[in-house]
Amino acid sequence: MSAEPMALLAIFVMAAMNYLMRAAGFWVMAHVPLTIRTRRMLEALPGSIVAATVLPIAVKGGPAAVIALMAALGVMIWRGNSFLGVAAGVATAALVRAAGL
Amino acid sequence: MTNAPRERPGAAYWSLAGLIEGARLGAPVMPGMALFGAAFGALAAQKGLTLLEAVLMTGVVYAGASQFVALEMWPEIATLGGIVTVGLVTATVNMRFILMTAALRPWFGSLPPWQSYPSLCTITDPGWLIAMHYYSKGGRDASILVGGGLAFWVLWVASCVPGYLLGALVSDQKSFGFDVIMPAFFVVMLVPLWQGTRRAIPWAVAGAVALAVAQLVPGWWFIMAGAIAGSIAGGFLDER
Repeated sequence: MSAEPMALLAIFVMAAMNYLMRAAGFWVMAHVPLTIRTRRMLEALPGSIVAATVLPIAVKGGPAAVIALMAALGVMIWRGNSFLGVAAGVATAALVRAAGL
Repeated sequence: MTNAPRERPGAAYWSLAGLIEGARLGAPVMPGMALFGAAFGALAAQKGLTLLEAVLMTGVVYAGASQFVALEMWPEIATLGGIVTVGLVTATVNMRFILMTAALRPWFGSLPPWQSYPSLCTITDPGWLIAMHYYSKGGRDASILVGGGLAFWVLWVASCVPGYLLGALVSDQKSFGFDVIMPAFFVVMLVPLWQGTRRAIPWAVAGAVALAVAQLVPGWWFIMAGAIAGSIAGGFLDER
């Protein structure tokens, strides 16, 4: 068990940047008045972040990823169980790729 | 869910039951997260990190996507300039945290800063989504976020070790479909967040802007661009 000084420094810098990101939004919003508008903007964030993350990843992942994510969504709507939804997505991706798509 | 006392409606509070509930709500993503953590350990071994370095990075950085990106650039850390580059790339990959914790302000802002700021260390994508869903249903127990975050952290760090030691076992993630675990969880979380077509207009705006930016700009800017566009759309939609 050992660690190189430069590796330790890199890890520390990464951790510091991440904490900065994690704290910055929370800190900034302490200085922005919470009007109805800013509240609505914050409420729109969870779904917006999901959509902005997933759509480009799905498109980049090709047909297998798109079909898998649709299967996950379908099973989630059908059964209302997030574990089953994720499992369906993973199984579909594996099957579709095994089929050569 | 809990009978913890609530002095003011809407004020955040803590409870032991909430810590456990937060961890329990995270269970659906835990198998995926363990595999993702093991994959990180395996890749870290391939890239020449020592086990201690891999575990330390997992434990103190605690943000999957940026850890994988850092491994891809790992030889660069031999110089200070390279370390600065790794730090800046880490920041851009995780810039979405700024928006995520901004959304926590109305909830965690009622806690004293010595409680709220350390809590932010436990933010992860799934933990935050679960907590935001709980908050949107009227829940105010801050332990839901922290309980989930702590449980994920233990799992994330622990799963890195067997991955590092067993290396090859999890290296072929794609043929098993493991690479879609996180995106699938994201998609699945849209269902409980759903509050009607009107409230989903910002999501469509976010998705469209992100797709366009992903085509035009390299890197991870598409998340920030899309999320900000969606948030602005949300702010300007008139409530009926």
